[in-house]
Amino acid sequence: MGQFLQQLINGIQIGSIYALIALGYTMVYGIVRLINFAHADIFMVGAYMGFFLAPVMARVFGGAFIPTIIAAMLITGLLGFIMEKLAYRPLRYKSRLSALITALGVSLFLENFCALPFVFTPAFRKFPDLIVARNIPIPGNLGLNISNVLLLDVGVSVILMVLLFWFVNKTLIGKQMRAVAFDKPTASLMGINIDVVISTAFIVGPALAGAGGILYGTTYGMLASPFLGIWPGLKAFIAAVLGGIGNIPGAVLGAYIMGISEAFATSVNSNLGYGIAFAILIGILLVRPSGLLGKFMPEKV
Amino acid sequence: MTFFRTHRTAVTVIAFVLTYVVVKLLSVLPLVNGGPLLNGYYIQLIALAGINIVMTVSLGMVNGFTGQFSIGHAGFMAVGAYTSAMITTVWLHTSVTNPWVGYPVFILAILAGGLLAAAAGYLVGTPSLRLKGDYLAIVTLSANELIRTVIRVTNALGGPRGLGGIPKFTNLEVVFVFTIVSVVLMRNYLFSSHGRSMKAVRDSEIAAEATGINTTKQKVFVFVFSAFFAGVSGGVFAHLLQFIHPDNFSFVKSLEYLIYLYVGGSTSISGAIVGPAVFTVLPELMRALQQWRMVIYPLILVLTMIFRTEGIMGAREFRFILIPQRQRKEVSA
Repeated sequence: MGQFLQQLINGIQIGSIYALIALGYTMVYGIVRLINFAHADIFMVGAYMGFFLAPVMARVFGGAFIPTIIAAMLITGLLGFIMEKLAYRPLRYKSRLSALITALGVSLFLENFCALPFVFTPAFRKFPDLIVARNIPIPGNLGLNISNVLLLDVGVSVILMVLLFWFVNKTLIGKQMRAVAFDKPTASLMGINIDVVISTAFIVGPALAGAGGILYGTTYGMLASPFLGIWPGLKAFIAAVLGGIGNIPGAVLGAYIMGISEAFATSVNSNLGYGIAFAILIGILLVRPSGLLGKFMPEKV
Repeated sequence: MTFFRTHRTAVTVIAFVLTYVVVKLLSVLPLVNGGPLLNGYYIQLIALAGINIVMTVSLGMVNGFTGQFSIGHAGFMAVGAYTSAMITTVWLHTSVTNPWVGYPVFILAILAGGLLAAAAGYLVGTPSLRLKGDYLAIVTLSANELIRTVIRVTNALGGPRGLGGIPKFTNLEVVFVFTIVSVVLMRNYLFSSHGRSMKAVRDSEIAAEATGINTTKQKVFVFVFSAFFAGVSGGVFAHLLQFIHPDNFSFVKSLEYLIYLYVGGSTSISGAIVGPAVFTVLPELMRALQQWRMVIYPLILVLTMIFRTEGIMGAREFRFILIPQRQRKEVSA
């Protein structure tokens, strides 16, 4: 029982980080129908920003966590904005697949550029302690192991998700985003500035990934190399598809399913933990071809 | 000159043989400081380019000509590579010292690898080709990673340690023969009536169905056919590098082929030849740039896509790839 609960809790922790990355994938996909492969590398940049900014922030503000996460979100948001302007905008009205190949190119570029000796270097780095890790005693003798890092991961991602739901559902730009995602030409005829909406999606999504990067660094305590974004990014992307890509609650649901199943499978075998995500995805897509919460749109004649 | 216009398969073969002769001469004649221009390293690179060409042309059949979006091609390559390597290395212990036994076994082994990859393609394709666009892409990607996971956990296949000691059956001649045969086979298939059905499915699935094409069957068949060639390429690849590891066949590898295809031009066989040829050799030509190499490579990629969206070749073909005019008339008459 204790073991079961422990894996469930671990899964929720991983799921929270996946959810923050998956939201960026799903927002960008919903609006421009592009699988933004470079999103995983923006997550990586966010994590490295934590490494470089935390000592500075600790000196300036006294505390490190909140200023670092805000600064990282601002920087990754800016990076997303620049990326869209330079690489994706020229291709917007051309074939979707060329945009996809461009996304792959941007991803390769970010990884290899960040591995240059005067940027982040390919070396292993220890992530600074943004908060002091402490175990929280749980009454009863289930043998549960809950740290304040776990609560922080879940708390921060839930706060950011609530903010995102508010942003998408209540603000004017959020409503415009939903309109553009629903029908781009009509939204444009209604006087919505498509450029602004797309730029916003490319700022908000990467900013969330940046926050995810900080949480990732805090949780695992290390940054392996500038290529570290590939696998968490892929998992988050799979989570977004699982929930129905383009659907924001779907991405969160998918991320938690992914995180929990991964935690359970990893406790059996680490390779199985890696592969389970794909098996679940294939299984679900064969039953529900548009993901769990996605709408199925039959092709019209 | 009528011969060249009416026997295009022969012309395609001649074009490849000429390339082979040039490469072979450059690797033998003492041109630079008493040594050949192309040393063993470059020969290895050219062999890899040949394998990449077959992989890309076979991916192009699914992605470019049938309009389905598969990004899990490296998975089928892994199936072929592991099957053939198991046969030649672990079960039959063949070696290059005895070519009269070795090569027949090698050829049968890579064909077996291709067939098993085709079977895997059937298993993946039958249920998943109902899905459309990006969802199909994700399922093929997941299938690729699942195949890799299965290899990683199977101890008999070497698991995470990889499989080594594979005899080096693949040399320049093998790669050239393999590339010519595969490209000509796929070319002839694409210009047959099946090929036209594929293009119809790509352009409008509903219209294709209305004209009596069994679209599902067509899509699955192309997928299986393409997986077969990916499997055979995997076998040739394994016997070139002599060591295979599950991580060689991750989705990152599949994305590489996707890049080759779309940079070359996805709806053109010539494009699927030019793309991998250029982009396999290009990073090596940039060795002098050292660590900047892998920064500039993606920049070239992005700039190619922005300024030449349809790829280097677009939808055009080299003359030696096209089917002769005379035969076309006979078909339509």
